[in-house]
Amino acid sequence: MYVYDEHDRQMAAERVAQFRDQTERALAGELAEDEFLPLRLQNGLYVQRLAPMLRICVPYGMLRSVQLRRLARITRDYDKGYAHFTTRQNVQLNWPELKDVPDILAELAEVEMHSNQTSGNCIRNTTTDQFSGVQSDEITDPRPYCEIIRQWSTFHPEFAYLPRKFKVAVNASEKTDRAAIQVHDIGLQIVRNDAGELGFRVHVGGGLGRTPMVAPVIREFLPELDLLTYLESVLRVYNRYGRRDNKFKARIKILVKALTPEGFAEKVEAEWAHIKDSPSKLTPEAINRIKTYFTEPAYLALNNATELLAQQRFENREFDQWLKYNVDTHKKPGYAIVSLTMKKTGTPPGDVTDKQLEQIADLADEFSFGEVRVTHEQNVVLADVRQDRLLELWGQLGPMGFATANLNMLTDIICCPGGDFCALANAKSIPVADAIQRRFDNLDFLYDLGEIDLNISGCMNACGHHHVGNIGVLGVDKKGQEFYQVSLGGASQHDATIGKILGPSFARDDMPEVIAKIIDVYVNKRTEEESFIDTYRRVGIDPFKERVYA
Amino acid sequence: MPDIIFRDGSIRQNQWTVVSRPEGGEALDIPEQKRVLIPADLWLESREQFAGDENVGVWLDSHDEPEILADHVNELPLIAVNFPKFSDGRGYSIARLLRERYGYKNELRAIGDVLLDQLQFMKRCGFDTYELRPDKDIRKATRALNFFSQGYQAATDTDQPLFRRRAS
Repeated sequence: MYVYDEHDRQMAAERVAQFRDQTERALAGELAEDEFLPLRLQNGLYVQRLAPMLRICVPYGMLRSVQLRRLARITRDYDKGYAHFTTRQNVQLNWPELKDVPDILAELAEVEMHSNQTSGNCIRNTTTDQFSGVQSDEITDPRPYCEIIRQWSTFHPEFAYLPRKFKVAVNASEKTDRAAIQVHDIGLQIVRNDAGELGFRVHVGGGLGRTPMVAPVIREFLPELDLLTYLESVLRVYNRYGRRDNKFKARIKILVKALTPEGFAEKVEAEWAHIKDSPSKLTPEAINRIKTYFTEPAYLALNNATELLAQQRFENREFDQWLKYNVDTHKKPGYAIVSLTMKKTGTPPGDVTDKQLEQIADLADEFSFGEVRVTHEQNVVLADVRQDRLLELWGQLGPMGFATANLNMLTDIICCPGGDFCALANAKSIPVADAIQRRFDNLDFLYDLGEIDLNISGCMNACGHHHVGNIGVLGVDKKGQEFYQVSLGGASQHDATIGKILGPSFARDDMPEVIAKIIDVYVNKRTEEESFIDTYRRVGIDPFKERVYA
Repeated sequence: MPDIIFRDGSIRQNQWTVVSRPEGGEALDIPEQKRVLIPADLWLESREQFAGDENVGVWLDSHDEPEILADHVNELPLIAVNFPKFSDGRGYSIARLLRERYGYKNELRAIGDVLLDQLQFMKRCGFDTYELRPDKDIRKATRALNFFSQGYQAATDTDQPLFRRRAS
């Protein structure tokens, strides 16, 4: 994974000094609240319902064990001993003091971490597939490109005051899209053209929030070296022409829709023609330099441990289930990808204690070359585990609460912090997730149901990605009361779809029963091979409506 | 008149008066014996009258298109770009286009809601003078202009992004 050189270190240190200066001026009353606002947001600092909230950047989800241990220490020293994995592969602290934030940033900088541009109307953390570099079907490892974008977008002088926030995601697999690129402001799909050259299919104008949209393609093939000049062109068109009069119409998706994707693409191409051959055009050497940071770890030459695993599975049914659901195929023989689920019932999805962060660090060192990945489903991945050590790892995960074998199941809920923590929320989301997890506590039943994405957001801002959940739940406020609107049929991968609203919203206490009825319809209508989303697409929304509102 | 900050942090007396856009139908009211900045489109309308006049520059608002000045930028002694609100980032793109696309060589000034923490971004995008909002402490400008010793990306100040500088 990427390691800072003297330039990165210097800029990280300068950033901490800058924010210290800004915080001092804010506390001294030299900066008005609205003047400090974008400065603190661009350092990840929100002022929330109960305390400030600090969102720490985890570039494209990659963390080293030393960083996990530092996060653990920070949660102990400056917070209440726990942190939260977000739906954008970042980490949040819920209780820091404003005056401590510069010190926290200094501690983070020591381990090459920061909170740059994790909020505010700027280019945010670039996200990607948590299985990058270890899956067999990817065209190339997307992480070097994410790092190239990270550097380009960091402190970009032209794009720090965009009309609205801006999110870029990169995907490199032909079969899956775990990064959900089509619901991002820019989605980059790595492809090869007919000549075998590497490049990107560029989607622009996707997003969730109030006006959910799947991003249209504005360029079928962008050669690899043109990445940054083209991004700069898209951003410049957006910065100049995106709406600034109405916050709810300020995302790039509204501009793309207003101009039509073709009209928008024309503007970008016209801009790009001027700058495509500028020195900002990437060089093969520059890309290769970044790629050297993402080379393979020191894998051993192993064979697949097929027989050993078969025997272990035969002897231990729980291990068998965990292996089936939480372990994925690795590109290297003898290795496996393990997802640690942070979705144990009774714990808010994505929450981890300081102890757990240290446990994850130890596991990373012991089993996976000292690195982990954070997923947008709020889980943690050990990407390089030896197959012959899976049983040993599983034995350790259970007591830590990371072995709930519900990956991608109904209870592997994506959930924002909601009204318990967030000042923007209309309604609480964590208690809804908890009630649903309690209602569906039978793992065999969950396995029988198969993969179902259930996503919960506490408000329109859609941090819980409810629009693209097979089942989406949105907290709404009706005359001061919390209600929940349900949508069905959303999907976030290559088949990205915005879910359809089922009908009038429900009280919180009714939610487990509503979900149960929806599941009931699926169970009755499905054919043997159908997943929930398949059945929904075949039978439509009406049978669900009839049952739920009967 | 409030003082002006230069890109090197030095502070000098402002010599330019911004003339606002006249109300519908009224003629442009240019004060005598002063150096003035008038709305760019009005300068264009009377270009033959103003061209070569070292005492008449223009200002663009954040929603104005710098393209209108494309062929004439270097006929102007000064172009100012207005930030109606500091959080309106269009002025940064306008500045880069004037410098990098249209080759503007003379003074480029940020006016309006100009605060300290945006100065270095303005500098990187090609502004070389800044009319700081009067309630801000002008003595802190030098620090704010130099929070960072370098940038990752190319801009007006350097066309060499860090990835090229690293390679050399």
